[in-house]
Amino acid sequence: MTILTFSIILLLGAFLAGLVGSLTGLGGGVVVIPLLTLVFHVDIRYAIGAALLASIANSSGAASAYVKEGITNIRLGMFLEIATTVGAVMGAVIAVYTPTNTIAILFGSILLFSAAMTIRKKNQDALQHGSLLAAKLKLNGSYPTAEGIVKYELRNVGAGFSIMTLAGVISGLLGIGSGALKVLAMDTAMHIPFKVSTTTSNFMIGVTAAASAVVYLQRGYMDPAIAFPVVLGVLGGAFLGSRLLSRINPTVLRYLFCVAIVFVAIEMIYNGFQHKF
Amino acid sequence: MKTEKVKKHTTDYDIEQLVGRLLRVGVITASCIVFIGGLIYLIKMGADPMPSYAQFKGESAGFTTFEGIFSGLLSGHAKGIVQFGVLVLIATPIMRIILSLIGFTLEKDKLYIVITLIVLCVMLVSTLGGFAG
Repeated sequence: MTILTFSIILLLGAFLAGLVGSLTGLGGGVVVIPLLTLVFHVDIRYAIGAALLASIANSSGAASAYVKEGITNIRLGMFLEIATTVGAVMGAVIAVYTPTNTIAILFGSILLFSAAMTIRKKNQDALQHGSLLAAKLKLNGSYPTAEGIVKYELRNVGAGFSIMTLAGVISGLLGIGSGALKVLAMDTAMHIPFKVSTTTSNFMIGVTAAASAVVYLQRGYMDPAIAFPVVLGVLGGAFLGSRLLSRINPTVLRYLFCVAIVFVAIEMIYNGFQHKF
Repeated sequence: MKTEKVKKHTTDYDIEQLVGRLLRVGVITASCIVFIGGLIYLIKMGADPMPSYAQFKGESAGFTTFEGIFSGLLSGHAKGIVQFGVLVLIATPIMRIILSLIGFTLEKDKLYIVITLIVLCVMLVSTLGGFAG
């Protein structure tokens, strides 16, 4: 295979990954890693480097729209980024000492968890009375809906902060945005309305991924020849996906992709146990 | 009291618009640089056989340090240009933190000036901390 053929196939694959990632809400990075390792037999460390870049590009691209609409809670994002960035640096350091097969098994498990998270029931209600700590940290906010501005308060700041640290570690270790864990922290623990938690999670992914990306870059995990088709492809796919989302009802597609993701996850875990990474 | 509240809200809104614009410009700039570098790389090397990525070697020292990437960029090396685009992409969320810091300073929100500074410090330690191993 020539470099040209490889780049074109990778570009198309990354485009599909970005499209699937955006339609399911899993993010492009999650689909890029199995694509690179299972299909192209690329070392998982290069795959992680490329996926981190895809996560930053995706997050920044999508966040730019949400922030302007005023849905994202910037203070909450900023506060929780202390947890995710510290976690991400820890994850990137742990990654050096973790065997690639273990990383693959862990990745498969997180993929299964993420697929389950995308199809579960979401918290739509705004909490009216939050905790004292949330008020002191100015984390309560409001966001625009079809029925006007909705105010919300939140609670369990400590629990949310802890889960966010774990999300950061996973993100730094596996090179993914770990949006599912971030939403778990904000949605389930802190009781933030779904729309705010997804957009704020997306907003945070860029900074979280950048914290470990600088470590991965210096370690040589980012190969320019893999990075360019992946970044351009995932961005293009995610862009098309966001356009499609407003026109079609993605529920059926989401279930279909989640089933596909489960098979991919099992394949990653199986190959990990067979020491194929 | 009331006017101050309105004013504060406007600043929050302004910062949101600025952050949104910064993120968009950063991603578009990075993609353009990556695209140009990728195109030059394919024109120069496209016909060569694909290197094996099955074994992890680590990038040649030239593109893992800021100096290496900049000298690669200045000499018009295709991979150096792509890697510079990668650097712009990674810098985009970091610039966003700095912009938020300016915003919180204008609003005189001491608590969030401290919180933003902590996040910036973590990023700095991550970049210069020598965790590359």
